Amino acid sequence: MIQLYNVSKVYENGVKAVSDLSLHIKKGEFAFLVGPSGAGKSTLIKLIFREELPTRGQVMFNGKNILRMKPREVPHLRRKIGMVFQDFRLLPQKTAAENVAFALEITGTSSREIKRLVPAVLEQVGLKDKGDLLPAQMSGGEQQRVGIARAIVNNPLIIIADEPTGNLDPDTSWEIMNLFQDINRRGTTILMVTHASDIVNTMKKRVIALQNGGIVRDEESGVYRREP
Amino acid sequence: MKRAGCTAVNLNSIKYFFKEAFTSLVRNSWLSVSSIGIVTVSLIILGASLLLVVNAEKLAQSVESSVEITAFLKEDVGKVERDRIKDKIKENSAVSTIEFISKEQALKDMKQSFGERSDILESLEDSNPLPDAFRIKTKTAEAVPAAARALEKINGIEQVRYGQGVVEKLLNVTKWVRLASIVTLGLLTLAAVFLIATTIRMSVFARRREIGIMKVLGATNWFVRFPFMLEGIVLGLTGGLLAILVVDLGYLSLMQKVKVSLPFIQLVNESQVILSILGSMIGLGIFIGALGSWFSLRRFLKV
Ligand SMILES: Nc1ncnc2c1ncn2[C@@H]1O[C@H](COP(=O)(O)OP(=O)(O)OP(=O)(O)O)[C@@H](O)[C@H]1O
Ligand SMILES: [Mg+2]
Repeated sequence: MIQLYNVSKVYENGVKAVSDLSLHIKKGEFAFLVGPSGAGKSTLIKLIFREELPTRGQVMFNGKNILRMKPREVPHLRRKIGMVFQDFRLLPQKTAAENVAFALEITGTSSREIKRLVPAVLEQVGLKDKGDLLPAQMSGGEQQRVGIARAIVNNPLIIIADEPTGNLDPDTSWEIMNLFQDINRRGTTILMVTHASDIVNTMKKRVIALQNGGIVRDEESGVYRREP
Repeated sequence: MKRAGCTAVNLNSIKYFFKEAFTSLVRNSWLSVSSIGIVTVSLIILGASLLLVVNAEKLAQSVESSVEITAFLKEDVGKVERDRIKDKIKENSAVSTIEFISKEQALKDMKQSFGERSDILESLEDSNPLPDAFRIKTKTAEAVPAAARALEKINGIEQVRYGQGVVEKLLNVTKWVRLASIVTLGLLTLAAVFLIATTIRMSVFARRREIGIMKVLGATNWFVRFPFMLEGIVLGLTGGLLAILVVDLGYLSLMQKVKVSLPFIQLVNESQVILSILGSMIGLGIFIGALGSWFSLRRFLKV
């Protein structure tokens, strides 16, 4: 579903964040992206999301070359990708339900559909009765659940999560991981950046290890470890 | 704007657009008020100068129809010579009508205008000092000065007189009003566009986090920009409405005053003319608002 061919990214200030990287991610996969700080993990995600354009190489998403996309097609690419962030990125003045509904409003969903979908997805992430709370009234784990609900409500092909448990305690992190696993079982591809070694080691999923902008290890049911 | 996401705008989106636009207006209240103020001032100038121009033109037209040239003949010009001069005058293409006024006719006219006091002219009966003259009308008021100068050169014409420069002055005034208002309006419009662009920039800055989230969620450029566009348009429109209020009330009270103290002056009061002036004020207000936001969004809101 995602293919990168010999992708390099040099930022305007001359920093080489990704160099000559090739990567395939298949539909339905669950993959961890690991590596030390500054390895280029977030940059790689931005290249897939077309937030940054590669300096060299090609990026395919769902059979389409995203570099050849017209600017007005970009939002439609992004609607097929559900993003989850370490800092949740919720709108503070909107309630949980409104935050989720906002993702639907943006895509022009009808009010009736919004009324039907929002409670259903809130229930799926375990926030059945918390729809009316503001982000400030929720715990970090609950806020991340809202973030996940917002990411899946438009039925994306893939969820990309950049350190989704980075701000959460271990128990809450596991609850969130179970939620991701649940979503993956329903057929959604998941690509997750993480530094949580115990999670990676326990879940035994594909592990892609980055260092200095290149892939140094890529294995099925891999583990988290410091590269030599 | 044919993308699927844009055509399916629902009530939620519309509510969202207006809510966001007004939240921003309140947040930047100081800048918003300044933007509205400068839009109002420039549109008042637009409205006032348009009204001045249409009124001056109307006045020029009414003067035009009464302006004529009088060419006095020399003492010794006889009948044959007179016909020759008349033919010469006719040759001028700007001239529309010629009428001969004999010295006797001139005296009669003068007596008539003196009315009851005409007795003071009795003594002139025997030695009428008034000259023979031609009364000439031109096709347009603008042609009067040039035609008068041409007539002066004809042999046998002693002196040429016309409306003491009234027409020239009037046309000069409208020319200057036009020029001055175009320049001021241009400068003020620029300032207004700039101020609105700054206001919108502040709004974009205040909401950059939200904008980032919208882009992540796949909002179209159009969807992100629309509330800001709306904010600019609301600023321009509000300025326009205030200016209309001022100009309309000002003009109404001016008409009232003129009616009382200068009853012979007819101000333009055709509702069609006035409505189109007010309409162009609103139109320019909206245009200024939209242009200001457009500039700002082009620079500060790239997807
Ligand atoms: N917008 C940018 N402009 C310039 N340099 C950047 C930019 N974003 C990232 N970089 C640089 O590119 C390199 C890779 O950064 P990136 O954010 O991809 O790392 P990361 O693997 O996500 O690290 P972390 O685990 O700390 O999040 C770093 O050296 C970083 O300083
Ligand atoms: Mg990162």
